[in-house]
Amino acid sequence: MKLTLKIWRQSGPEDRGGVVTYPIDGVSEDMSFLEMLDVLNEGLIAEGEEPVAFDSDCREGICGMCGVMINGEAHGPERTTTCQLHMRSFRDGDEIVIEPWRADAFPVIKDLCVDRGAFDRIIQAGGYISANTGSAPDAHATPVPKENADRAFMAAECIGCGACVAACPNASGMLFMGSKITHLGEFPQGQPERDARVMSMTAQHDLEGFGGCTNLGECSRACPKGIPLNVISQMNGDLLRAQRHQA
Amino acid sequence: MRTAVRGRARQVSDGGVRPSSTVLTVATSTIAGRQRPKTGSILLKTVMAVTGLIFVGFILAHMYGNLMIFAGREAFNEYAHHLRELGSPMLPEGGFLWIMRITLLVSLVLHAASAFALWARAGKARTVRYVQRKGQWATFVKRSMRWGGAALLIFVVFHILHFTTNTIQIGGNYDNPADRLLNSFGVWWAVLIYLFAVACLGMHLLHGIWSAGMTLGLNTSLDAAERLRLTAILVAVVVVVGFALPPLAIFLGLIP
Repeated sequence: MKLTLKIWRQSGPEDRGGVVTYPIDGVSEDMSFLEMLDVLNEGLIAEGEEPVAFDSDCREGICGMCGVMINGEAHGPERTTTCQLHMRSFRDGDEIVIEPWRADAFPVIKDLCVDRGAFDRIIQAGGYISANTGSAPDAHATPVPKENADRAFMAAECIGCGACVAACPNASGMLFMGSKITHLGEFPQGQPERDARVMSMTAQHDLEGFGGCTNLGECSRACPKGIPLNVISQMNGDLLRAQRHQA
Repeated sequence: MRTAVRGRARQVSDGGVRPSSTVLTVATSTIAGRQRPKTGSILLKTVMAVTGLIFVGFILAHMYGNLMIFAGREAFNEYAHHLRELGSPMLPEGGFLWIMRITLLVSLVLHAASAFALWARAGKARTVRYVQRKGQWATFVKRSMRWGGAALLIFVVFHILHFTTNTIQIGGNYDNPADRLLNSFGVWWAVLIYLFAVACLGMHLLHGIWSAGMTLGLNTSLDAAERLRLTAILVAVVVVVGFALPPLAIFLGLIP
């Protein structure tokens, strides 16, 4: 396959950046999108140029590290992570525009890498269960009903890649946050901190400079794990309840 | 496998500061220069949801009143007169109307103020735009909510000047409510203005009712989401048809 790549190059956070065009040849349709970028980088290094910086880790769609905007869609045309997107989703001669996630809460570090520390700080604000880490508890000491366990697992699929923020017309991080709040809220162990969790996480979200949710659903459509919008509604309901309890 | 990479064809960057290739900024725990907004965005959305639902209730009652014109001039005038006496003798003449007006005005101010605040925040959340963005239905809906909402705000002012204060008189004789209605909608451009406003209202309700349900925590499962969507569609269709019928019927001369 022969492709024309239009890649966002930005040497650092202070650089204004811009799009650079790279023609590339010899791409196999069995390559993953990241392997295609590896091939590009090998060529750039051979020519003594700076390789394109992009994030990746597990390359099996479970870590949430990779993620770029491909032709205006988060993680590209398929509903999966960038590492699990294959070049067979494109046609010979295609022009592919590759950009980093765009949100002021996710500043660009370099080229296609963004700083998603805002997500870490939202988790630090309350996305956990304070547990005694002594000896292992007995299995089934705290029973969890099947429906709750299923919903918790569904929400726990979130890998924190940030595609929701990237796809959102308001650059809101609510699908991510809603997933975490729904996940922990389904467990008996999550109940003691439930009110405090939703209040401090949503406050941290606004502090980070994410936009508000307008319930449009682009996040859910872009989510490689297909997390439904109802986690956001769950979070909204939890916040209302927490404020009632506090009043 | 033969790979050839022909170097950069064009650098659009203006240069700027170019630090060394090592990444200097990794995740930090400090956010410089940012302050937590006084009112959380979800709280603002809650205000919009509650005030929006007050409007939905009012709109449905208003639509019912408009449809009285199909029962004839007499019935319509009687209905209009009865609105002034509603709650009498517990309330003074027009008392109920003023309670409604104040409630609606407060709701309108809260709804619009929250909307503009959220609009501004969303603008600040992505100051560098995408080079390429796939055409999204969501972007259209977002714009229809914001610009359509602004259009409705202007329409409300026009509507009050037209049918409440009678400052704007269209089509002649304005002696009683039925005459005002029948004469106004004999004029084609008045019909167009109202139909456009009704279309904006329909779009606003279609997303607004769904969004209010989401904000108030009603979408708790995939089935609930489906119910919420159907409710929004149903209300929007009923409102559009219910509001479009009187002006259209009058313009086509179906009401004597």
